[in-house]
Amino acid sequence: MSTVLNRWRSVHLGTTTIVYAALVGIVGLGALVVSIEGGNLLSGANIVDLLTRSSLLGFIAIGQTLVILCRSLDLSVGYVMALSSLVAATTMAGDVSRIPIAVAAALGVSAVIGFLNGVVITKLKVNAFIATLGMGLIIKGYLDTQYAGPAGDVPQAFQAFGYTRIGPIPLSTVVLFVLAAAGIWFLHRTRTGHHMYAVGGDAEVARMSGVRTDRTVIIAHILCALAAGVAGLLIASRFGTGSALVYDDGYDLESIAAVVLGGTYLLGGRGGIGGTIGGVLILATLDSVFNILGVDPFIKDVLRGVIIIAAVAVYARRSLVGKVSRRRFTDDAHPPDLDTVEHGSDNRQEGRA
Amino acid sequence: MSNTSRLRAVTDRLFSGSATVFVLLALIVVALTVLNPSFLSPGPLMLFVKKAAPLILLAIGQYFVIVSGEFDLSVGSLVGAQVVIAALLIDGVESATWPVMLVMFAGGAIVGVVNGLATTILKVPSIITTLGTMLVLYGAIRWLTGGAPTGALSEQFRQLGRHGIDNVPLIGQVPWALIIVIVAGVAAVFLMRSAWGRTLITIGDNERAATFAGARVWQVKTTAFVLSSLMATAAGILIGGYAGVTAQVGQGLEFTAITAVVLGGVVLGGGRGWVVAAMAGALTVETLFRLFNQLSLPSTIRPTAQGLIIIAAVAYAAVDRARRQRTPRHSDVATS
Repeated sequence: MSTVLNRWRSVHLGTTTIVYAALVGIVGLGALVVSIEGGNLLSGANIVDLLTRSSLLGFIAIGQTLVILCRSLDLSVGYVMALSSLVAATTMAGDVSRIPIAVAAALGVSAVIGFLNGVVITKLKVNAFIATLGMGLIIKGYLDTQYAGPAGDVPQAFQAFGYTRIGPIPLSTVVLFVLAAAGIWFLHRTRTGHHMYAVGGDAEVARMSGVRTDRTVIIAHILCALAAGVAGLLIASRFGTGSALVYDDGYDLESIAAVVLGGTYLLGGRGGIGGTIGGVLILATLDSVFNILGVDPFIKDVLRGVIIIAAVAVYARRSLVGKVSRRRFTDDAHPPDLDTVEHGSDNRQEGRA
Repeated sequence: MSNTSRLRAVTDRLFSGSATVFVLLALIVVALTVLNPSFLSPGPLMLFVKKAAPLILLAIGQYFVIVSGEFDLSVGSLVGAQVVIAALLIDGVESATWPVMLVMFAGGAIVGVVNGLATTILKVPSIITTLGTMLVLYGAIRWLTGGAPTGALSEQFRQLGRHGIDNVPLIGQVPWALIIVIVAGVAAVFLMRSAWGRTLITIGDNERAATFAGARVWQVKTTAFVLSSLMATAAGILIGGYAGVTAQVGQGLEFTAITAVVLGGVVLGGGRGWVVAAMAGALTVETLFRLFNQLSLPSTIRPTAQGLIIIAAVAYAAVDRARRQRTPRHSDVATS
């Protein structure tokens, strides 16, 4: 009985769980504040709005999680998304039969960019920050030169991706959750997934253990760019055209914020996609609450900045405490002591959080 | 230290890691001079200095932060906020100029302290901390101005960015901007030779070792963030003077500054790099922009050229460095 309890407690204290506890707290607090103002955050329309809002950032953040786990970073995601939306929309050109080839083209272009990012980072040893920033600039130049405004035409059939709902849940959200589940499976069940944690934890140790570190990082970047490509497809289906201007919306930095908010360690090796989805939902909930309350959009930015810093500060505090207790009490476990000691550390952590 | 060994120390420095930036700078300057022989004559050159000075200041500030292993993404928004707030507070009144500048530096220092303490005491990664302050500052700018900046800068304020000491023999005019950059640069070089500077680099190289050796990491890093914010304030004063007030002032400057510093061979992740090379990196970026103007490259294609050149230059330096040290250190692999 006590071991079951212990196991439950240690699961309970996983970072992802903390993220979701924070999410529940924010939703609860938001619902309370909104209801004081006479609204209802949890009404059907608002939930749909919240989920719609989160899917775009969600796709990008899933990809960003993979590269951050490898101790890399991708600042080109916004540009990849814009490019993908334009490639998809111009290839479709209003013709339903061209949808498959357009999707393939958009994702193909994205994958090539991700591959280039990965190669520049691993083989040319350019810091990921600079490599992806430079790649973003290159794409930006191409987009600005080639496309002055929205371009292409997305047939109705494909716009369904942006607007269809299954019950109350938007199709894009369903796709997001499927992708997230696939990502979680990939990280926890495949060899490459495990390698990503190893490379992010310590690239040198991973290399000496026989992991092809370069290949792992390149794969992470390809998958990240593909996820951004999917976000671009969603843009195309929602706008009905491809749009170059979406790169200005700051998705690169916001996705990093969502990943870190989801409890993934910015220096790699710890975290996961489950937490990231929680982080994305937290940001979307905040946005929804601010919108319903009609908070001045400028103040909204200020609040968002403060909340992100505060939340990450809380996690940082918690993971410091957590690390110490893990090392001390589970590595050389004394079963009789474990119960009482862990109980004590639990209380401490709950007090902190 | 004998003269020859000192000379060797300097040449070692020039040709290790930061060699790329000086070669690149020389190449671009040669190209510019060939295309436009008057570029190196005093008039156009001083005009160029006025344009380039803010980025050099930002690069110095960013250098302090990067060499300690952190990022400062808030500088672009800080430049914007400073200019907009200055215009709001001065509102064309000459006598308000100096007091407002003091307020600006105080405000800058507060931003730096917040960045530094959130990063060191609260253990928030600096990329997130400064992203947060960036959001806050951009929000504040737009909230204060309602979208379009109000007020005006005083003539005295604009002196610093626009004018200089006139009637100097041979050169004509020595811009204030040039003097400010030289003073800041020399101060930075001496600062990096001081105990503080050496501690800063040590912390960037290995924070744990520095902590065990007794360094007060949080104090040193917070000072670096404060210096970065103060440099951004100075850059804001120059930009406001040179280019005037718009709501877009400073947007994206943080990435340009980081690019400049990395172009100067400073390693992201900390522990290595020379502040003079970082300044040269900023100068290189500005000469590159000038070259694009000279070639009358369409403005839309410029980012592409910029991106290609940056990646190529950094890749060249990185591969070169890897070749020099047969066994690359762990931090090189891990942060790249």
